[in-house]
Amino acid sequence: MLKKRIIPCLDIKDGRTVKGISFVNLRDAGDPVELARAYAEQSADELVFLDISATDERRKTLAPLVKKIAEAINIPFTVGGGITTREDVSMLIRSGADKVSVNTAAILNPPLIAELADEYGSQCVVVAIDAKLVDGTWVVCTHGGKRVTTLPAITWARESERLGAGEILLTSVNRDGSGEGFSLDITSAVCNCVNIPVIASGGAGSPEHFREVFAETGCTAALAATLFHYGIIKIPELKKYLLHNNIDIRC
Amino acid sequence: MIAILKYNSGNTMSVQVALRRLGHDSVVTSDPEILLKSDRVIIPGVGEARSAMSHLRERDLDSLILSLKQPVLGICLGLQLMCSRSEENNTECLGIFDAVVRRFPPEERVPHIGWNNFESLSSSPLLKGLEPDDDLYYVHSYYAELNSDTKAVCRYILPFSAAMQRDNFHAVQFHPEKSAEAGDRLLINFLEL
Repeated sequence: MLKKRIIPCLDIKDGRTVKGISFVNLRDAGDPVELARAYAEQSADELVFLDISATDERRKTLAPLVKKIAEAINIPFTVGGGITTREDVSMLIRSGADKVSVNTAAILNPPLIAELADEYGSQCVVVAIDAKLVDGTWVVCTHGGKRVTTLPAITWARESERLGAGEILLTSVNRDGSGEGFSLDITSAVCNCVNIPVIASGGAGSPEHFREVFAETGCTAALAATLFHYGIIKIPELKKYLLHNNIDIRC
Repeated sequence: MIAILKYNSGNTMSVQVALRRLGHDSVVTSDPEILLKSDRVIIPGVGEARSAMSHLRERDLDSLILSLKQPVLGICLGLQLMCSRSEENNTECLGIFDAVVRRFPPEERVPHIGWNNFESLSSSPLLKGLEPDDDLYYVHSYYAELNSDTKAVCRYILPFSAAMQRDNFHAVQFHPEKSAEAGDRLLINFLEL
């Protein structure tokens, strides 16, 4: 049985983990490599690293960091944030990233998805969609959720699949950081309109939220950041809870 | 020495990194002399079957692979290339395993991405210590049919070959280099064959 995946997301800035974290026994809580290793040991199924550095410095710090992460962990990981060109992707894949996630760049230049899928295979290409409910319609946001477009999230999800995306990482901007639970309606709608795996993101605040999104939508993975960083939920406990509630999970 | 076959495939590096984590040096190469001399050969792979096979044929690496006598491990696309034929762009493959590689039915969620256990597992030195409940990491849209060389069966939509072996040729559909402890176990088994 294919298991539902639990994916911690780590925000990286200038090579350092940004958000505070509650792991004990970490020598350096800001070191993404050490945090990645801790998550892998806690049976995280995959990791996502989101580079939020705003400057041109990011290229200098990101590639060596990705290489170190690849050397430290034995689970798959995705790198995203500010990827705009094939060269960015090439650098990340060569450094050892298993997948890259593209967001704004793909919306501004949709053929990028097809180019990346042709060159690296669909399995490498995650299209991240930041969706926001505006006047009753879920539309796509760009620039880290700050700019709202008129493009319906459903339309963009379908188009991403057609262009060769291997997975969709769907974040509800409305719920992100709220702890109120995943947006089940848009998650369900996107899962129903594509045949590629969908990762639900934005809003996780309790183990019940994970159970709910797995039981009530077709998503095959759920992502959270804050919750795990601050140790509000520990991954092994979350997994035990889900298993107990008949969700197929890797323990 | 462990040789990782270098060809137009994506993830040679993650295999090398995984071996290093386990304390083993390896070399990524397409040099026939080194491949023939090495103690182990790994054919990794993320990519597309037709272009991979053309790449191998143009360099006579297809016949070289068939002539290898040391333990060989195909991973993911590596496994599929060791089959007789792939539906992916209707590609003739190496023919080590008498199995056709087919695409998962399009009406289901494909690729098969994530952790999956075994539906059945026969005893084999490569799979020593692995249990049916162990989850390994898969990423693929095509699968090898069950055949007489199938050593482990995984089910996604339908049952398919998760591991195969014929003589010195071993192959796994999952990615041991990305499969946490269970994957490490398999790589260690391969190195100890």
